Amino acid sequence: MSRFVYADNAATTRIADEVLKEMMPFLTENYGNASSLYSLGVVSSKAIIKARQQVADAIHAEPGEIIFTGGGSEADNWLKPIARSLAKKGKKHIITSCIEHHALLHSMARLEKEGFTVTYLGVDSEGFVSPQEFKQAITPQTGLASIMFANNEIGTLQPILEIGQICRENGILFHTDAVQAVGHVPVDVKALGVDFLSMSAHKFHGPKGVGAFFCRRGLPLDNLLDGGAQERGKRAGTENVAGIVGMGKAIELACASMEENTKKLAAMQGRLIDGILSSVPLSRLNGSRSHRLPGNVNISFLGVEGEALLLRMDLAGIMASSGSACASASLDPSHVLLAIGLKHEVAHGSVRLSLSDYNTQEDVDYILETLPAIVKTLRDMSPLWEEIVKEQA
Amino acid sequence: MIYSEKVLDHFTNPRNVGELPDANAIGEMGNAKCGDIMKIYMKIENNIIENVSFKTFGCGAAIATSSMATELIKGKSIEEALQLTNKAVVEALDGLPPVKVHCSVLAEQSIKAAIADYYTRLGIDPTPIVGVIDECDACHDHGCCHEE
Repeated sequence: MSRFVYADNAATTRIADEVLKEMMPFLTENYGNASSLYSLGVVSSKAIIKARQQVADAIHAEPGEIIFTGGGSEADNWLKPIARSLAKKGKKHIITSCIEHHALLHSMARLEKEGFTVTYLGVDSEGFVSPQEFKQAITPQTGLASIMFANNEIGTLQPILEIGQICRENGILFHTDAVQAVGHVPVDVKALGVDFLSMSAHKFHGPKGVGAFFCRRGLPLDNLLDGGAQERGKRAGTENVAGIVGMGKAIELACASMEENTKKLAAMQGRLIDGILSSVPLSRLNGSRSHRLPGNVNISFLGVEGEALLLRMDLAGIMASSGSACASASLDPSHVLLAIGLKHEVAHGSVRLSLSDYNTQEDVDYILETLPAIVKTLRDMSPLWEEIVKEQA
Repeated sequence: MIYSEKVLDHFTNPRNVGELPDANAIGEMGNAKCGDIMKIYMKIENNIIENVSFKTFGCGAAIATSSMATELIKGKSIEEALQLTNKAVVEALDGLPPVKVHCSVLAEQSIKAAIADYYTRLGIDPTPIVGVIDECDACHDHGCCHEE
């Protein structure tokens, strides 16, 4: 293997060295239970207070509005108890989009089984939810809405400010899944006026298995996990102190270097997109060019299948992911790529490269040197490519 | 998803890949919507598959099963090739992940489709010999071959 290029940072990121260093004492000598009165417990308790402040600061919230969870999916699952309590007031309609993460979509599917009505808004060819369509979907029963901040596959940044505004005007509680956004683009819950927000530490060089749920002060919130008094009783269970500390440090670092990282990532992203599109015929960029997460590149290659591409890239030392059905346990290609209007066969041939500040311009050079030849090899053995070439001629 | 070494070997260095200019039997199964198309080319002389090659659009497992299936029938008689089951291809590859077994079905069917083509070219009805070639069950169960 000539080089190791990790380009799947939207899936997960490496823990930053500074983050691990901050976590280590809580995995070793500082093992006290934060609920205990003695000094060893107080160390943990203070560390959680600090981390809660760090997370709150990162999204312009107050510490009392942050509840630590076991990750982003868990945070998204909070919409179920929220919806159920709204149902008691006759609000049994929810608006969301069809490109949400499965943690959200599958939570919605469960609510539908319980008798809720869910409107799944479509998106345009770049993956945008239309605020106009959102407005039109509102009914007197609409109590809750959830639109993701940034899409995990194609990186499209949604008009959260406008949608939040519409929600406030109509008395609708508004949640945004910001798992891909926090730590990467500015997120200000005060300015955006969102009521609930989900985030996950391992997307910004923090540890896996820890996330947070923002719940605007004053809003009633049913418990997610019943048990002890941790997280104000809303999410019981002895705190994952090391994870929480890691999340706090990681979010602080990510926000401190966001401007610098965005510049660096945008430059690499631009070179990757332009380089691939110009060197590989019949390839297309998925998502928006301008309103996009820095570091996200998603490209479809006609005539090849994504999993085969990923395997060949892996052999060359490049780690990426695909919207192909064959790369997952299901046989459906990515719901996001289908939602932006790609045909099944085009969605199958898509690859997502997601960069982080650990990537370098040399990584980009290497991908640009390697990827076109891999696509060509697979196209040469594809009966579909023959037909595509004939059609083009 | 974990593939066996054999699958990775046949994926990385596929055997018998490409078109066969003097093919007298060509079979294609699958569809692009499902993400798998397998096309098998054969040169059949005196009832023997003298040469065989493939072109495949599909995942690692689809390419590996195409490669292995062509290896297993090269030099064999038509009857022997018709007896090749998807199970035999899976075994020869030291197994496939459960979600990928349908790729091996596609290989079996493509071979049958190529042999059916051979008989059709000779003016012989292939159905009594080859049988009816069903759509792959995975596509069928999933419905992806029919939905729009």
